Amino acid sequence: MSKLISGAEIVFKALEDQKVEYIFGYPGGAVLPIYDELKNHKSVKHILARHEQGAGHAAEGYARSSGKPGVLLVTSGPGATNAVTALTDAYMDSVPLVCISGQVPTHLIGTDAFQECDTTGITRPCTKHNWLVKDVNDLSRVLHLAFEVATTGRPGPVLVDIPKDVQFKKGKYKFIKNSLKKKLNGKVTQKLSNNELDKFIDLMKKSSKPIFYTGGGVINSGPDASKYLRELVSLTGFPITSTLQGLGAYPGDDPQFLGMLGMHGTFEANNAMHDCDLMINIGARFDDRITGKVDEFSPKSKKIHVDIDPSSIGKNIKVDLAVVSDVAELLKNLIKRFKEKNKNFLNSNKQKTSKWWEQIDKWREKKSLNFINSNKIIKPQHAVQRLYELTKDQDTFITTEVGQHQMWAAQHYKFNKPNRWMTSGGLGTMGYGLPAAIGVQIANPGKLVVDIAGEASVLMTMQEMSTAVQYRLPIKIFILNNEYMGMVRQWQELLHEKNYSESYTAALPDFVKLAESYGCVGIRAKTPDELDEKIKEMIGVQKPVIFDCVVDKSENCFPMIPSGKPHNQMILGPEEDEEISDEGKILV
Amino acid sequence: MPKSKSAYSIPGKIGKTERHIIVVWVDNEAGVLARIAGLFSGRGYNIESLAVAEVDKKKHISRITIVTEGTPQVIEQINLQLKKLIPVHKVADFKSGEKDILFRELALFKMLANSKKQEKIKKMCKKFNLVVLDKTKKSFVIQVTALRAEIDKLALDLKRYGLISTSRTGSVAMTKGAKIFN
Repeated sequence: MSKLISGAEIVFKALEDQKVEYIFGYPGGAVLPIYDELKNHKSVKHILARHEQGAGHAAEGYARSSGKPGVLLVTSGPGATNAVTALTDAYMDSVPLVCISGQVPTHLIGTDAFQECDTTGITRPCTKHNWLVKDVNDLSRVLHLAFEVATTGRPGPVLVDIPKDVQFKKGKYKFIKNSLKKKLNGKVTQKLSNNELDKFIDLMKKSSKPIFYTGGGVINSGPDASKYLRELVSLTGFPITSTLQGLGAYPGDDPQFLGMLGMHGTFEANNAMHDCDLMINIGARFDDRITGKVDEFSPKSKKIHVDIDPSSIGKNIKVDLAVVSDVAELLKNLIKRFKEKNKNFLNSNKQKTSKWWEQIDKWREKKSLNFINSNKIIKPQHAVQRLYELTKDQDTFITTEVGQHQMWAAQHYKFNKPNRWMTSGGLGTMGYGLPAAIGVQIANPGKLVVDIAGEASVLMTMQEMSTAVQYRLPIKIFILNNEYMGMVRQWQELLHEKNYSESYTAALPDFVKLAESYGCVGIRAKTPDELDEKIKEMIGVQKPVIFDCVVDKSENCFPMIPSGKPHNQMILGPEEDEEISDEGKILV
Repeated sequence: MPKSKSAYSIPGKIGKTERHIIVVWVDNEAGVLARIAGLFSGRGYNIESLAVAEVDKKKHISRITIVTEGTPQVIEQINLQLKKLIPVHKVADFKSGEKDILFRELALFKMLANSKKQEKIKKMCKKFNLVVLDKTKKSFVIQVTALRAEIDKLALDLKRYGLISTSRTGSVAMTKGAKIFN
């Protein structure tokens, strides 16, 4: 008979068996037994955040940059509710997180006890699954199942709620694997028959205006998926565009890459999506920022959709060929089949798609990402471009907050590898980037980690600078400071008669002094002339840096598909500003 | 109405809705009904009726029968989303009116009725598997099992016969013949 150990010890045994190296958390009354046990398990290192939301985003950053699940440890009540934003963020962006929360002792559940909340009730809609463990003998099974649910199929967050008395109670520990086999949302690598693969290939062969539209699913499928994607794109000679979350799966500076698509995507990517005759969606989900009005979305195309989550297929857009599969698995088989049958595809296809490429080149000539630079004032796009030029030769990891700076980062920073770009896309969580950078830096010691931030977003989780300093994590917080909630201001300018209601932040802190008070380094750049020097200085510092980049206050993020316009009519820049219809103004 | 040209957040065309009966086998554990109900409310789906009971005592499997209405696309989403839930074992989906499926609902009615009225009520309910559960000189409690629409109509008709209380279950379903749900 195996030895009886406490629930708290079972938690760590399970973490050890899952090869967890780092947990992000914040202690409190209902998790004290677990924190007490921490000292006995040297292989599991705890990172103390300053707020549970920060711990959650750090765990997300860790997960997205390492491919391993992020682990989060919080107390009951406010600890759990503070983690909800991070859990929801992870749910929307398919990030594997395991959140362990303390709960009041079982005999107090339901009595409105101190720091009690219905954690499993609150987190039910923002996790893949959650458990309240009332019996210590269920604990090891549930914990291992939790890791499995979080990491299989379409990844996502899970939560295990453990009452304090269960943490004290003694029970048996057992490492149980693979209890999920039967599940549809487990990794069903539904192996496609040659017949189905041929259907796929046939659609590709018939197309004269094809496009690959790829998303975060390629990143989530692992580095192999990106490798195969590059191979397939080069084999076919087709153009490729990517969603915000998919950036890095395909090299951003490759001539076949049309840039990001969607609301702030490039002219060529959006027009190619609109006019194509074959759309090959790999690991993207037809989000509303991509499709716009669904009735008028890419009206003339056949659509193939590859997704590991069957409920993603056909949810927003009807498709002609649905493939439920892991991306890497599918691409591997597809390439193999493709090579067997179509040795001369590229040559014969070049002619077929030559007109299409001509058209794409015409769209490209618009140079939709261009902006009017200045030698007096730093343009935010220019700042991102300089940051890219000065960091592209080293393996750089970029996180962002949410808003204009995020879109400029996506447009002007070119990613060449997967897992280098961490941004909150689905939920759009301001305050994500700084704590995420902490998690990224922990997973990638010695690498350059930059949070491209806005001053409004970064203040939402600024307290985590303290975490960065405590663990000597030399993250760089690169703030494009325009003193406005820029994206809100932009919408107010374009859609609300320049009524800048509450979007200006008065009484901002002096970010350089703020950095100093945290014990890190503050740098400010005010003019384009000094920008490069200051960025180099930032990269050279071996400590956390807050970089206050003072940018043009009134710059807008273009191109943009405005409300009240069809998908293939974009605003390219300020000189093309047009009236937006009253009808358009009410739309989000 | 003028045709909208907007690119974002315009509701698409809404297709014709259909009524479906969805049968779900779940682990009978704490919170499972909240997960199912939360999925419907959270995604804006509609539950018309719901019937739940444990059907396998050993394995603790409950069978949930949900009547819902939606466009074919929504119905498909409901099926796929349900299948993603961890405690869900399998899901079967039927369009209302399908030939191979049997549906039944059960209802209890209480009437204030004298014996003369009671006799009339019995006649009215004859074809609905009437069971008289309780009767006094003044009151009458009956049980009927029938289709949803039949019970709807019966409840309306019984108003004239002193109906003072109605209790109804959700619909339950089973396939005809030797076949079972798969």
